[in-house]
Amino acid sequence: MTRREAVNRRRGMLLMAPTVLALGTLTVYPGIWVLWLSLQHRIPIFGVSRFAGFDNYAFLAFDSRFASALATTLIFTVTSVALEVVLGVAAALAIHTLRGGRRVALSLLLLAWAMPAVVTAKLFDWLYHPTAGLLNVALGGHALNWLGDPRLALPAIVLADVWRTMPFVAVLCYARLLAIPPDVYEAAQVDGAGRVATLVRITLPMLGRILLLAILFRTLDALRAFDLMFVLTGGGPAGTTETLTVYAYRALFQTLQLGFGSALGVVVFALVMTVAWAYLKLLRTSTVTA
Amino acid sequence: MRRGARTFADALVLAALASYAIPFFWQLLTSFKPEAELLRVPPLLPSQLTLAHYRAVVEKSLMPQALANSFGIAALTTLLALAVGVPGAYAVARLPLPGKRFVLLAIVASTAFPQIATVSPLYLLMRALDLRDTWSGLVLVHTSFALPLTVWLLSGFIREIPIEAEEAASVDGAGLFGLFRWVVIPLLGPGLAATALLTFLFSWNEFLFAYTFTVSEASRTIPVALALFPGVFEVPWGDIAAASMLASLPPVLIVVGLQRFLVRGLVAGAVKE
Repeated sequence: MTRREAVNRRRGMLLMAPTVLALGTLTVYPGIWVLWLSLQHRIPIFGVSRFAGFDNYAFLAFDSRFASALATTLIFTVTSVALEVVLGVAAALAIHTLRGGRRVALSLLLLAWAMPAVVTAKLFDWLYHPTAGLLNVALGGHALNWLGDPRLALPAIVLADVWRTMPFVAVLCYARLLAIPPDVYEAAQVDGAGRVATLVRITLPMLGRILLLAILFRTLDALRAFDLMFVLTGGGPAGTTETLTVYAYRALFQTLQLGFGSALGVVVFALVMTVAWAYLKLLRTSTVTA
Repeated sequence: MRRGARTFADALVLAALASYAIPFFWQLLTSFKPEAELLRVPPLLPSQLTLAHYRAVVEKSLMPQALANSFGIAALTTLLALAVGVPGAYAVARLPLPGKRFVLLAIVASTAFPQIATVSPLYLLMRALDLRDTWSGLVLVHTSFALPLTVWLLSGFIREIPIEAEEAASVDGAGLFGLFRWVVIPLLGPGLAATALLTFLFSWNEFLFAYTFTVSEASRTIPVALALFPGVFEVPWGDIAAASMLASLPPVLIVVGLQRFLVRGLVAGAVKE
């Protein structure tokens, strides 16, 4: 018994070793290194490299560009996640009513989710073309400059992001709907519950937990959003689509402020982890009370 | 009558979903449109279809090299992530580990890890090890980034394997290698496929690291080549459309042909956390 336990323990460590090694060298170690980098002034092209303490972080308190990027990130996250959830649930319910062609339906939906975000960016770049874009044509020949107008650029990006990620929410909800036993609905019918009552009292509560998880994943993703903005607008016009990640990237690799850019990266990291932690805490208390 | 109404409802839902995919189909149509008709909308449909844009992309751009890079990097990433992840997942699912709770927490936490937080130290690391602009560099960072999800998914699938099969194997005196070769891997089938697909897609689609760690076409992947698609005086919309279609070919094939595995992986990833 104990010999067997000892063997299993040794096997476990042996089998886990490659994973720990890979994550240790390429995730944890850089994760600690970035904290150290964020405490320095490092601008390689000027040969600047010295310890700065918390200067980089202190600077953020008065940095209006940081405030704007933070606001953009939060607005982007809240609006796109909200739209994804509403549309995703609607799409899942719609597919669930299908008697045939569900595979085709899922294919049409998942296309948007599976392709690279850079392709999505190119698709929407073309749809948003001021004169030849399908969107303006569909709106009756307006010449709206979707990506060039500071008032329209962020909504345009949100739209592209919702298109890309709503299928994720829809597929998760659809899978949950499939798992609801049919007798639940039969019982509701016997009790004389109408369609609306069935939806509100039975279906939506059943989706509750998976929706909370979908919202969590989508929120964490949206908080680190980068690809769409970087390719479609580069953060412009006038910085209206610059998220924290885009700001951090430009500080790191365009203005080459290695220390300051790292500090911004750490802020994104802290933001994501705080949200994840708060959310899981909330999820736990809500399942306890439910 | 009732039957007719339901068929009508079905058709309506499918039509709505087809229109949801319009951005994709519009780009597909654009990729076959003659250059002269691109900026003249309406009419929506072209007078004829042409392969000129695909020819331009294949013959004159760096796209073919980027496609080869993406295929190689995504395939190697998938293999490496599975080679490292299957044993790790087995240990998580079945064996006692010191500090198991902590290991699990670290794995879940690292699925939420933002790339931007480690891109600067990884850049310095890649430069120091001379791995910039190589396949190996990208395969390594993609693998480490995909690994938490890989291990998470696989450990869930391994728990679904009946433990009796493993016990029978160990009674038969199968070693650790034999256990994987004859029991775990064969019984893992669909779960392994689902995990492999998600890992492949992650690597194929990944942009931030691929953009940062490549300098030339030697390791430039498809998303990067597409983002940097050159236009001399005006934007070559038709060529970009053709290149986009080539870039989305593997994801589209996976969605259409291997949908069952993809959905299984997607759902497992969310439900088990």
